[in-house]
Amino acid sequence: MLELIAGSKLEKAINSGQFVVTGELGPPKGADLTAFRHHAEGMRNHVEACNITDNQTAIVRTSSIACGAVLVQMGIEPIIQMVVRDRNRICLQSDVLGAYALGIKNMLCLAGDHQMFGNEPGSKGVYDIDSMQLLKGLQTLRDEKKFMGGEELEGDISYFLGAVENPFADPFEYRVDRLEKKINAGASFIQTQCIFDLDRFEKWMEMVRERGLHKKVAILGGVTPMKSLGAARYMKNNVSGITIPDELVERLKGAEDKKAEGLKIAIETIERLKEIEGVAGVHIMAIAWEEVVPEIVERAGLYPRPKL
Amino acid sequence: MIIAERKPLEEIAAMAAPYKRVLVLGCNTCVAVCMAGGQKEAEETAALLRIHRKKENVGGEVEVFSIERQCEFEMIDDVLEKLKGYDLIVSLACGVGVQTMVEREPSLRVVPGLNTTSMGYPLEQGVWVERCLGCGDCVLHLTMGICPITRCAKSILNGPCGGSAEGKCELGKDVDCAWHLIHERLTSFGRIGDLAEIQPPKDWRSSHHGGARTTVREDVRIDRGE
Repeated sequence: MLELIAGSKLEKAINSGQFVVTGELGPPKGADLTAFRHHAEGMRNHVEACNITDNQTAIVRTSSIACGAVLVQMGIEPIIQMVVRDRNRICLQSDVLGAYALGIKNMLCLAGDHQMFGNEPGSKGVYDIDSMQLLKGLQTLRDEKKFMGGEELEGDISYFLGAVENPFADPFEYRVDRLEKKINAGASFIQTQCIFDLDRFEKWMEMVRERGLHKKVAILGGVTPMKSLGAARYMKNNVSGITIPDELVERLKGAEDKKAEGLKIAIETIERLKEIEGVAGVHIMAIAWEEVVPEIVERAGLYPRPKL
Repeated sequence: MIIAERKPLEEIAAMAAPYKRVLVLGCNTCVAVCMAGGQKEAEETAALLRIHRKKENVGGEVEVFSIERQCEFEMIDDVLEKLKGYDLIVSLACGVGVQTMVEREPSLRVVPGLNTTSMGYPLEQGVWVERCLGCGDCVLHLTMGICPITRCAKSILNGPCGGSAEGKCELGKDVDCAWHLIHERLTSFGRIGDLAEIQPPKDWRSSHHGGARTTVREDVRIDRGE
C-alpha cells in the first residue's frame, strides 16, 4: 500500500486496489436536511464516500460544507465539491480550512456551471481562479504549507484532492491533456461526467492508458440512472457536457417501465466500466433519485463493500 | 473601440421630463462608429424626444449638438459656454464622456443617453463583439491572440472547461468557446504543448479589482517646474 496523504476512507479504498464506489448527494433548496440525511443513510453501507454538490447548476442550496459536516456527524464520509464560480481565493482557502476543521477530508475542485443557468442569473460570477489553479493552490497549501499568496499556513493540514473530467466535452483530444494537467496540479482522484456514450469513454480511456495516466490517478466513472424519457431528453439537450446516444433514448422510449429500463442501463454501464482497464471505480450520480443507489450497487455486484 | 447602444427612448424621456431646455449632445468618435451616439443619432434621438414630449404634453425645447470627443477637456472647453445654457444635457457619449463633462464643469447636469457595453470591434454591419476587458495584464501572447479573460465566460486560464461542446460555450450555441479556438490555433502552429503548463492565478490588481485605474507615463508628462 502506498503512503496515505489524508487517510480518508476514500483514499484507503483507492489505495487498496478495490473497485471503489462513491455516491452523490444534492443538498436541498432549503435548510431542512431530513431527506438529505435519509438518502445518506441509505448509501451508508453501499459507498465509500458521498460526493456533495456545491450549488449545482448554479441553483442556491444548502452549502456543501455544511452538508459535509452533517455527514461527518453521521459517520458517513463526505467528498465536498468546491466550485470557483462563487468564491475568490480568500474564501476558497478559508472554506477549505473550515471544512477540514469540521472533519472533512476529501475536496473536489471544479469550475461549476455558469451562474446564468441557475436561479440567480443576474449574480456576479467570481472566477478569480480556475479549477486547475484551485487544485494547484490546495496542493501547495497542503504540501508546502503555503497559501496561494505565499504566506505560511499555521499548523498542518492533510486532505485528499480530487477533480472532475468530462470525456464528452470538446475538443476531445484535449480531454486527456487536461486530465494530465489536473494530475500535475494535484488531483489524486477523478470523477467523470455521466457516461452514456461508452464507445467514446472507452476511446478516451485508451488514450489515458497510452500515457499511463490511469496509474497516476484513480478514475471513477460517472454513472447516472435515467428516471424517465423526459429526464433523458432534458439531460441530452440542456445539461452542458452530457451526451446521450440516440439508441439509449430510443431504448428508453420503447420500454414499458422507464424507471426499470433506466436502472438496467445504469447497471449495464457499471458492468462494462468494471471491465475497462484503468477504471478504478464508479461514481453514481442519481440526480433527484438518490434512494436508488443501494439497489444499483447491489445489482451491479458491488455489495457488500469490501472491508478496509 | 468603445461600443455602446442607445437607452430605450422611454428611459431617456423620463430622465429629461422635468427639464425645460434639453440638449442632446452627440459624440463623434467611438460611439459614432457603432452608430449609437454621433451627430446623426443625436438628431434622431432629439426628434423622437420632441415627439414624445409633445405627446405627453411636456413643454420646453430639445436641441441637438455634437462634439468630437466628450472625453477630452479641451473639446469640452471649446463649447462650454454653450453647454451651460441648458437645464439638462442628454449625453450620447460612452460613460467616460458623461463623467468627463461633469468633472470639467460641475454645474452641468448631464445624464447618459447610452448604455456603454464593451470594447471590441464591428464584426459586420449591425454586429459588434467584445474583445477586451482592459484587465491591465495582457495574456494574448500565451493564447495565440484570443483573449480567454474576455471571451471565456469563466475567464479560465488553463484550457477549456467541461462545458465546451462542438466548439461552443456552455452559455449557448451562438457563443464560440474561446479555448476551443485557442486550442485550434495552438494545434495549427504546432504549439499545443504550451497548454500543458499550469498558468498561475492572475493578479487582478491591474484590473478593476484594484479600484479605478490611473495610468501615469512620467516620460511624457509636462514638467511645469516650480
